[in-house]
Amino acid sequence: MTASAAPVEPLLSIRDLEAHFQTQVGLVKAVDGVDIDIFPGECAGVVGESGSGKSVTFLSVLGLVRPPGWIAGGSIRFDGRELTALTRRELRRVRGKEIAMTFQDALTSLNPALTVGSQILEVLREHTPADGARPAEAQALEMLSLVGIPEPAIRMRQYPHEFSGGMRQRIMIAIALACRPKLLIADEPTSALDVTIQAQVLDLLMALRHRLGMTVVLITHDLGLVAEYCTRVIVMYAGQVVEQGPTRSVIDDPAHPYTRGLIGSIPRLSRLGEKIRPIEGQVPELVRLADECRFRARCPVAEARCGARIPMSDLGGGREARCVRPGGRR
Amino acid sequence: MTAVDVRPPLVETRSLGKTFDTRKGLFGRLLVRGRHLIQALNNVNLTVDRGTTLGLIGESGCGKSTLARVLLRLQEPSRGRIIFDGEDITEAGPPRMRELRRRMQIIFQDPYASLNPRKTVEQIVSLPLRVHEKLARKATRDRVADMLERVGLKAAHLNRFPHQFSGGQRQRIGVARALILKPEFVICDEAVSALDVSIQAQILHLLQELGRDLKLTFLFISHNLSVVGYVSDRVAVMYLGEVVEIGPARAMLVDPRHPYTQSLLAAVPRLDAASGRRRTLLSGDLPSPLDPPSGCRFHTRCPHVMAHCRVAAPPLGELSAGHSVACHLYSGQRPAGEAS
Repeated sequence: MTASAAPVEPLLSIRDLEAHFQTQVGLVKAVDGVDIDIFPGECAGVVGESGSGKSVTFLSVLGLVRPPGWIAGGSIRFDGRELTALTRRELRRVRGKEIAMTFQDALTSLNPALTVGSQILEVLREHTPADGARPAEAQALEMLSLVGIPEPAIRMRQYPHEFSGGMRQRIMIAIALACRPKLLIADEPTSALDVTIQAQVLDLLMALRHRLGMTVVLITHDLGLVAEYCTRVIVMYAGQVVEQGPTRSVIDDPAHPYTRGLIGSIPRLSRLGEKIRPIEGQVPELVRLADECRFRARCPVAEARCGARIPMSDLGGGREARCVRPGGRR
Repeated sequence: MTAVDVRPPLVETRSLGKTFDTRKGLFGRLLVRGRHLIQALNNVNLTVDRGTTLGLIGESGCGKSTLARVLLRLQEPSRGRIIFDGEDITEAGPPRMRELRRRMQIIFQDPYASLNPRKTVEQIVSLPLRVHEKLARKATRDRVADMLERVGLKAAHLNRFPHQFSGGQRQRIGVARALILKPEFVICDEAVSALDVSIQAQILHLLQELGRDLKLTFLFISHNLSVVGYVSDRVAVMYLGEVVEIGPARAMLVDPRHPYTQSLLAAVPRLDAASGRRRTLLSGDLPSPLDPPSGCRFHTRCPHVMAHCRVAAPPLGELSAGHSVACHLYSGQRPAGEAS
């Protein structure tokens, strides 16, 4: 935790974001009033379970929420510009060049019919003017060796299916970083990978972050990964941010009952023999949500006050929680 | 005070092996040259004691799921023996296997793919009962309703279809189906891996509770070391079809001896991590099982590789009571090529 004496201007500032989906069962508010700031140079972790809105929030940043979904309100400022006000063409110039995103499943995210080399070249040609001195091919080659692909000149001409899962994830990182973006959004980059390969890919990502001076948002369901790699954590539940703060202090002393429940649900190798304590019940349906704390039905310390819309409380030290009695135990 | 259980272990494998032929059809057999055999299991010796949980860990393609399927004889072993409750079932015929399968069940990973979407919960959970016990309709329904309550669902759910349930509830249905015949041996093949953390914890709790109440013996397969550590009495680690280390859960997860187990543990992201910890001990990918490395199969990635690891495969040798490891680091100064 660094002392935040001089206010640092966030690189990305999301305010009151609303992303809605029209479904057969009704209107789903997948993202409902989300405020998130991402500061330059940091690696922030966004954690939450399925349906928490963590992915949709960042798809909104890239303008990738498509019908039946849409951005129903709020503001997304990136590096001094309002992204929600940009035209599609303008947004295209930001996406891939200044903000890049990688996805969980490298096999379905890469085009199976194109060589990996041509997929890196595509990004470079889209965003960088022709440069005789540094042809795109050389840059693509450099990217592949940067992400640790052996024999890049040969591998350039191969197709995604000829690579292992870990290598495909590296290629996706190479594509994402080809234009040296300021912000990389990594959505579950390693969830499909075995644990030893996961460690390789994330260690690589962190090395590149330092080398290229990038800001990284790591979206994951794995709080352990956040503890390992992120200085700050943002916890989401049912479309809202419920807690955020410096990772260590949030994990050691969670303020929101959901964060406490989540941490209590994870078996720990360092505490063999200690019982886990599951959160009872399940995530509420996102249609027809009442104006109340979304965790109320599962919360062990819920009280009458929880029946209203709960604002974020500032807890000091860079920490916030959406709870009427943050840190309070029964 | 407690009577010593003199009965043999509930499940035992002796030199179990399974080889798959990757060639398909007549043309495949005629046309594919070179390597086409995958040794999914090689010389696997395991025992699972009654009322205990053996955790099985390893990365994709290490043979964990093949072992599960071969144990239940959903796939036939290529070599070795399977002993269940003292009986060699390797060649048991279909009528005998049918009787035995009442006593051994499996819970799968994907609660979406493993339940028939066209059947009601009652039909799904009662199927094993209808096959194995010819009960009256009413009695069947009561048994199913009772089982649903035990797994945390309600009798009111009997007539619903799988799509009306969340992932966690579906996995409860899978658990109910597996336990309705009161089996003795239950294989959980990545049974909680597809679930969100808070739901995963609920199902782990449920399995532990039912395991205790129904005196179940589990083989718990998972790639998640923390989960395996939580549920297991003993843990076995597989690499490219072979067991490389097996021992008491605590010893395995606190003081692992095989370099592969050590690297797996180092790679696990931890909540109480000191940031900047080095997680990567292993470089490179898993070698192709079509062409496994000579000698010790782990030698291509091992940080402690020695010359004779490349030529001689280390046997699984006991280090301390109940803790065995297949690694030359612990086999004394065994000269290279002793086997020959």
